[in-house]
Amino acid sequence: MSILVFLEQREGQLRSVSREALGEATRLAAELGGPVTGVCCAAADPGLAALGDAGADRVLLAKHESFAAYEGAAFAAAVAAAVAATHAKVVLLPASSLGKDLAARLAARLGVGLASDCTSLAVEGGRLVARRPVLAGKAIQKLAFPASPAIASLRPKAFAAVSGAGRAGTVEALAASVDTSLPRARVTGTSAAKGGKVDLTEAEIIVSGGRGMKGPEHFALIEQLADALGGSVGASRAVVDAGWRPHGEQVGQTGKTVSPRLYVAIGISGAIQHLAGMTSSRCIVAINKDPDAPIFKVADYGIVGDAFEVVPALTEAVRQLHR
Amino acid sequence: MLQVVCIKQVPDTETRVRVATDGRTLDPAGVTWIVNPYDEFAIEAALQLKEKTGAGEVVVISLGGPGVATAIRSALAMGADRAIHLKSDAPAPDSLGVARALAGAIRDLGAEIVWFGKQAVDDDAAQVGPMVAELLALPCATLVSKFELDGRTARIEREIEGGLEIVELPLPAVLTTDKGLNQPRFASLKGIMAAKKKPIEERAADLGGANLEVLALELPPARAAGRIVGEGVAAVPELVRVLREEAKVL
Repeated sequence: MSILVFLEQREGQLRSVSREALGEATRLAAELGGPVTGVCCAAADPGLAALGDAGADRVLLAKHESFAAYEGAAFAAAVAAAVAATHAKVVLLPASSLGKDLAARLAARLGVGLASDCTSLAVEGGRLVARRPVLAGKAIQKLAFPASPAIASLRPKAFAAVSGAGRAGTVEALAASVDTSLPRARVTGTSAAKGGKVDLTEAEIIVSGGRGMKGPEHFALIEQLADALGGSVGASRAVVDAGWRPHGEQVGQTGKTVSPRLYVAIGISGAIQHLAGMTSSRCIVAINKDPDAPIFKVADYGIVGDAFEVVPALTEAVRQLHR
Repeated sequence: MLQVVCIKQVPDTETRVRVATDGRTLDPAGVTWIVNPYDEFAIEAALQLKEKTGAGEVVVISLGGPGVATAIRSALAMGADRAIHLKSDAPAPDSLGVARALAGAIRDLGAEIVWFGKQAVDDDAAQVGPMVAELLALPCATLVSKFELDGRTARIEREIEGGLEIVELPLPAVLTTDKGLNQPRFASLKGIMAAKKKPIEERAADLGGANLEVLALELPPARAAGRIVGEGVAAVPELVRVLREEAKVL
């Protein structure tokens, strides 16, 4: 069963989510049989030949100068051409900001169902079954695909990249004709996040602050701990709604759903909407003054105490560790 | 300028999930229904643009059973001019069916901007906006957190992983809204009264066949209650130790 993987690149660099999707494709191919093909839309080859090691039997490169930046309709047309060329029965994409948009366009174009933001895929009774959190993780939906190809986008960090797969990774050109006369969305600029912080959805470690921080100025403590741990800063909804932190940092049902290796919740009591967004974290640490705060019910480890005393001490202890 | 806002009625974010007896859907008993929070940013954006240009019409479209009328009335109370209710008694099995039904209703309206929330907070799929764009062959920008209109070009900002992207799109276009774009207004009493007289056109929704099969809805495995390692600063060394030696995350 032929599997196609969309390989996302940005500014000439393959993104790690692409390797995660390839890794999962390789795992599925062991059960379903058939080749794993990658497809990349780019202005220049971002080093695709190396992907044999990451699980690709071959890679199709749709090269066009307009593919330097993302444009939904043009990318969807190119990937649809790759689906036809490979007779793919399964198409995997990263559930990144780009991948979610592209996956939806592709599904509409091919007239098939799409399972978004999956956290696991399995072969059950010979068919592909996707599991995906809904209601921000308060429930898990289990889906099958009545038609082919089955399209799934994969949550960043939920799937493992492989190395040493020893596949050919042959790079071939995929004819890409882009009709530049069509009305199109055009990326005219980008700016990196302050301090080059990793996005919450892709962060290994997140340190989040809540109303217990008492004011935006005290988030310096959260930032210092995040820096010491090499992680990103998150926030509760109350804090974002109060204007203390930008909306991009909000974790929870109307913010981001995250699954880092370590999630440290500081001064967050743990409203159900917040818990929904972070309970799939591997390890949760809570620091809160109130021993009855709901956050302690989901935390692996907790300290009952004043954040203004505990957090600086913890930051110092982590710094000592890395020294 | 005619703007369309597609809205969805969803369970309140405080809902505690129980699985219905069919094992595949949410048990609706005791659920409070609200307008999808991200769709409120879409409604507000359309209203602000109408107020700024001083002309045009904001048409709300929603798909679902009779209960959806409540969500439609709240959008009308905020200030939308009229609504189309695509009636479907059966729950929509997947996003593509919904997108096709919406695209069919939008096609003949001559909309300049079709607004959506970036995703519904129940299925978290983030699919219907870009699907409608594809079906109507329109340019699309998702996750809009800043919006300006310059003549017939929309200039938007969207948050992507690790940064911001600035995108220009010619109208007509599809936009999906993120938190941070604006502060949705509350409906005034006058707005609520006025909404009662605004027209809601009802049409039967054709969702077609299922494009996905829901096998099950399950609760996630419960997390085992953790351990309080101690109180105050004195507990910090023990916390660092367990994070290194037990959890192996440091």
